[in-house]
Amino acid sequence: MTDATKYDVVIVGGGLMGASAAFFLATRHNASVALLERGRVGAQASGVNFGNVRRQGRPFIQLPLAHHARDIWGRLPALIGEDCEFLPTGHLKIAFDEESLAALEAYNAEARHWSLSLTLVGVNRLRAEYPFLGSGALGASFSPEDGHANPRLVAPAFGRAARRAGAHILEQCEVIGATRQGEGFIIETADGRILRAPILINSAGAWSNRFAAGFGESVPMEARGPQMGVTESLPYFVSPVLGTGDSSFYMRQVKRGSVVFGGGAHVAVDLSDPRPRPRPTHLLTQLRSLTRFLPSMAGVQVVRTWSGVEGYLPDKLPALGWSAKVPGLLHAFGFSGHGFQLGPGVGSVLADLAATGDTKVPIEPFSIQRFAGNGPAKTSPAAPSSGGAR
Amino acid sequence: MSTPRVVVIGAGPAGTRAAEMLVAAGLKPVVVDEAPRSGGQIYRRQPQGFRRPPEKLYGFEAGKAARLHETFDRLQDKIDYRPRTMVWGTEGRNLHLADGDGRQDVIGFDALILATGAVDRIVPFEGWTMPGVYTLGGAQIALKYQACLIGRNVALVGSGPLLYLVAYQYRRAGGNLAGIFDTTPLSRELAGLPRMAANPANTAKGLYYLAWLAAHGVPMLHGVAPLRAEGEGRVARLVLRDRAGRERTFACDAIAAGYHVQSETQLADLLGCDFAFDARAGQWLPRQDEMGRSSVAGVYLAGDGALVRGADTAEATGALAALACLQDQGMPFDAAVRGQALKAMRRGSAFASALRDAFPFPEHLYENLADETILCRCEEVSVGTFRATLRDKGADEVNRAKAFCRVGMGRCQGRMCGASAARVAAQTLGVELASVGRLRGQAPVKPLPAAIQTEAGE
Repeated sequence: MTDATKYDVVIVGGGLMGASAAFFLATRHNASVALLERGRVGAQASGVNFGNVRRQGRPFIQLPLAHHARDIWGRLPALIGEDCEFLPTGHLKIAFDEESLAALEAYNAEARHWSLSLTLVGVNRLRAEYPFLGSGALGASFSPEDGHANPRLVAPAFGRAARRAGAHILEQCEVIGATRQGEGFIIETADGRILRAPILINSAGAWSNRFAAGFGESVPMEARGPQMGVTESLPYFVSPVLGTGDSSFYMRQVKRGSVVFGGGAHVAVDLSDPRPRPRPTHLLTQLRSLTRFLPSMAGVQVVRTWSGVEGYLPDKLPALGWSAKVPGLLHAFGFSGHGFQLGPGVGSVLADLAATGDTKVPIEPFSIQRFAGNGPAKTSPAAPSSGGAR
Repeated sequence: MSTPRVVVIGAGPAGTRAAEMLVAAGLKPVVVDEAPRSGGQIYRRQPQGFRRPPEKLYGFEAGKAARLHETFDRLQDKIDYRPRTMVWGTEGRNLHLADGDGRQDVIGFDALILATGAVDRIVPFEGWTMPGVYTLGGAQIALKYQACLIGRNVALVGSGPLLYLVAYQYRRAGGNLAGIFDTTPLSRELAGLPRMAANPANTAKGLYYLAWLAAHGVPMLHGVAPLRAEGEGRVARLVLRDRAGRERTFACDAIAAGYHVQSETQLADLLGCDFAFDARAGQWLPRQDEMGRSSVAGVYLAGDGALVRGADTAEATGALAALACLQDQGMPFDAAVRGQALKAMRRGSAFASALRDAFPFPEHLYENLADETILCRCEEVSVGTFRATLRDKGADEVNRAKAFCRVGMGRCQGRMCGASAARVAAQTLGVELASVGRLRGQAPVKPLPAAIQTEAGE
């Protein structure tokens, strides 16, 4: 056997979770890290999602993690040297029926107990401030500190910053085997590398489940493809991200002028195809929403559509934290279509867990243990207990 | 066996001959074309009501143009003709269509012939996005279709036979030419002459244009490099470097620039056809056999969209694609017709190859592009920004670079800038052109109105 290269932590999967974990491990904990990415850092779900940096609307138990992430979003230039087009423009969730309005109001009331300040926007103010909205909007909830960023830039920027801090970021490097032996893991790659580390992070996105299954820890995850589209550049007319209460439609305008939109049904995709084609039929459905939501968009043109591969778990919560079966194995996947905002926070939490065995951010609800058959939670080999009270 | 549904995309020389073959075999193909009338770009017809004779519009090619138009007109009631209609996306064996009135339709196919043609290939230079700068093809269309000149004193820049043809047509139409500025050294063009004997008629026409233009006192420079278009708000001057290395300025009120044409391959890409880098064409092309079969069963390639070989060869490859389709559908076809078309295709391919050698794409122009030059005009990305993205952000192929700096993300989706972006990338990174890849195709093929009317939406 070839001599294995030893690291403190090996990360499988270079999306936003893995790349930011590598960054925080290298900078905050001075750990030796290797990140193994089959393709390019941030080229899958992390790079092709809508770009929402949104907290409102999340399950409340996710908000502490989301707040932790939001703090990092606000400090990107200081941390990684670029802002990745993050703009804290606010996020406006709009109700088009009484039921959605009641849901927004209920969420709004509870959110303040979770340190999220939201403002209800009545129908008159909504019409005054957003005159371009189509008729039928009954009210909205505004989250002033949320916003949006350019998804194509963030994970690669974390990857470059991690590399500058000494992490080994290996792209086009596919893992073909990972086993637990003795005090740690032995990881083999398709290009013949062998790596050894006491801690292994599984952040391989929609492909994570195959990897988890290899450790006897399969979860009922589905791969689905979101679909996005973008218009030609228009004069800048709306800064906050807009979305319907039920997330069936959402849009944002980038500074350059184009309007990015998404929403509606996700289609099941095949994991053997990392680049699923967007469906024209779905674009037509989205365009009907777009022109109903913003009638003035009837005169513009769509220039591109795209899709990607995301992992969805049945309860729409991620699998995040220590493996329930294998000591030293950390999972971070199954973000069910809303992992982008959490990404840098997840990386930070993973880094703390891997380096110290603990994190101040409560993540117990996300334990992979919740899935039947995955047994009692194992603790970190370095220190007992993960998570912690809010 | 039920009658196969065959769709032909494009109604130029290739699409027309394909449809003709299919109709002759008893089929009623759907023919979808973006233009309001048949003929393609080369034999584009003037709008209804314009009365210029074919000789005026197509010069030496008037006979061919008239024959092709007649063929198409004869087919009209035997095909399902969809003019002013764009195929903007594909979904399995369905094509998504948008017509000129913003109406959506979906049609299925058993067999599909892509005769999507070609588009101008450009090399950016400083000021090329200024009002008054056109592509050579665009300048020709303005004249052929609308009977307009792009200016009163036009500078023509580029390489390839189109340069001299446009010059001839402009001068004949009464336009003044500030000059013909060819990036290819004359010696290279002359060295290519013997091989062009494959098509003596075409070669003779080219030489005739040259001689005629010289006799009419049109300034001609060879071996030049365009440096910049200058002017206050619109073009007033062209600055170039001549063969001796001197910087020279020519007054003009419009510039047309172009370097041959490149295949339009977006639909083949969306349909999942395998592509390979074609060193002759300098671009990625869908793989095809001699009959035009792509790697996807039932999808055929014809005309300049398959490989740029000019209008005559397009007629032959259109026929071949239709014959391949008939053969694959188990329908009878005339082997003698196939033999003739194959012969014409091979002869045309040889001539096109000689032309490419005589008028090579000026790769060297990219070496001296100033950082300030706009590379992607839709998203206003400069060559300097693009080079910095490649160097500083670790982008080693064009899609990665696009993701980081927006090159190719705008209205044209890289149809205009993609070829240049790949060349700047290859030079900046010091690698082969093929290794920087190609921009992935994504629907819609061209901008799609957000208000497109679907039946479900009405």
